[in-house]
Amino acid sequence: MMMTFDSLDAWWWPFLFILIAGWLPTDGWRLLGVYLAGHIREDSELLVLSRTLATALVAAVIAKLVLYPEGALAGSPLWLRLSAMVLGFAVYMTTGRKVYRGVIAGEALLVGGLWWMGG
Amino acid sequence: MSLPSQTWPWFRRGLMQLFTVPSLILIFAFTGYAGLCRDSGFTLAETVFMAGTIWALPANVVLIGAVLSKASILTAALSVGLSSIRLLPMTVAIMPEMRMDKTSKVLLYVTSHFVAVTAWIMALERFRNVPKESRAVFFAGLGTGFLVANLSAVALAYELADDLPPLLSAALIFITPLYFLFSLWGSARERESHLAMGLGLALTPVFHALSPKTDILLTGVTGGILAWAAGWLARRRRA
Repeated sequence: MMMTFDSLDAWWWPFLFILIAGWLPTDGWRLLGVYLAGHIREDSELLVLSRTLATALVAAVIAKLVLYPEGALAGSPLWLRLSAMVLGFAVYMTTGRKVYRGVIAGEALLVGGLWWMGG
Repeated sequence: MSLPSQTWPWFRRGLMQLFTVPSLILIFAFTGYAGLCRDSGFTLAETVFMAGTIWALPANVVLIGAVLSKASILTAALSVGLSSIRLLPMTVAIMPEMRMDKTSKVLLYVTSHFVAVTAWIMALERFRNVPKESRAVFFAGLGTGFLVANLSAVALAYELADDLPPLLSAALIFITPLYFLFSLWGSARERESHLAMGLGLALTPVFHALSPKTDILLTGVTGGILAWAAGWLARRRRA
């Protein structure tokens, strides 16, 4: 299986490549998830573990977006991104848990900071 | 299959989730993906096909990287599979929330395709206002709306040049982690999930330093197991 994306000149090859290397290993997990969920009791410890695993994995995605950003955010200082996240979270927790309020607070600090630094 | 009378109203309510802030953020993220694909030499058809079949932005980016590095189809599939393991516990976690004895199995398998970070967080947050027997249909509507709108946005953005001012781009990109952070906190069903979230955030720099390519996987598995174990111990002590 040393076939690469450019191995074949046929019009259908890139699409087959995407199905095998992209669709199968993503929907495979999802379909397996539906199957397993059907065989787990609702009060099972495995279900709690699924939730903590899913939450920790998504949290790691968030942390990577903030700590190691790409594109337009890559040039901004780490302390500014962290302060904006902390301020946003504090506002979210203390003003009735409204997501938009936290987003506005965090964005205000980030944009204000970048603008002040001449970004 | 006979549909109960409440099906279409809830499907439509799911569709309407398209007109929310997180949905707009997702569309923005997908337009960024379209630009990445165009710059990497993918055709418009390949770009849209890849987005629709994979339906998870991080996995898309991993596949693009694999194709650009001339990886074999097997290596590419392994990289995508490893980077997408989170889809398994995410699906296992959301299914009991929308499954009842009479819920169609086919509907659950089909709607599982829509499990991705934004839709997953949003659905868990909104489910408390949706009767349990209508949640699968609500999620199907939400996912269908997201899929159609984002694939259209990808096609459109592929054709148009993206030259937003850098400050605006930075502000738009930063909405994603802010929004994910707060709604992940709000969607948590028990204290263990809050602990898992804290551990996931705190352990990322540690595992990034050790292994930048598998940091998300290592962080998630370690943080998830530790948080579950802490909760299990606390529950045993109480019992």
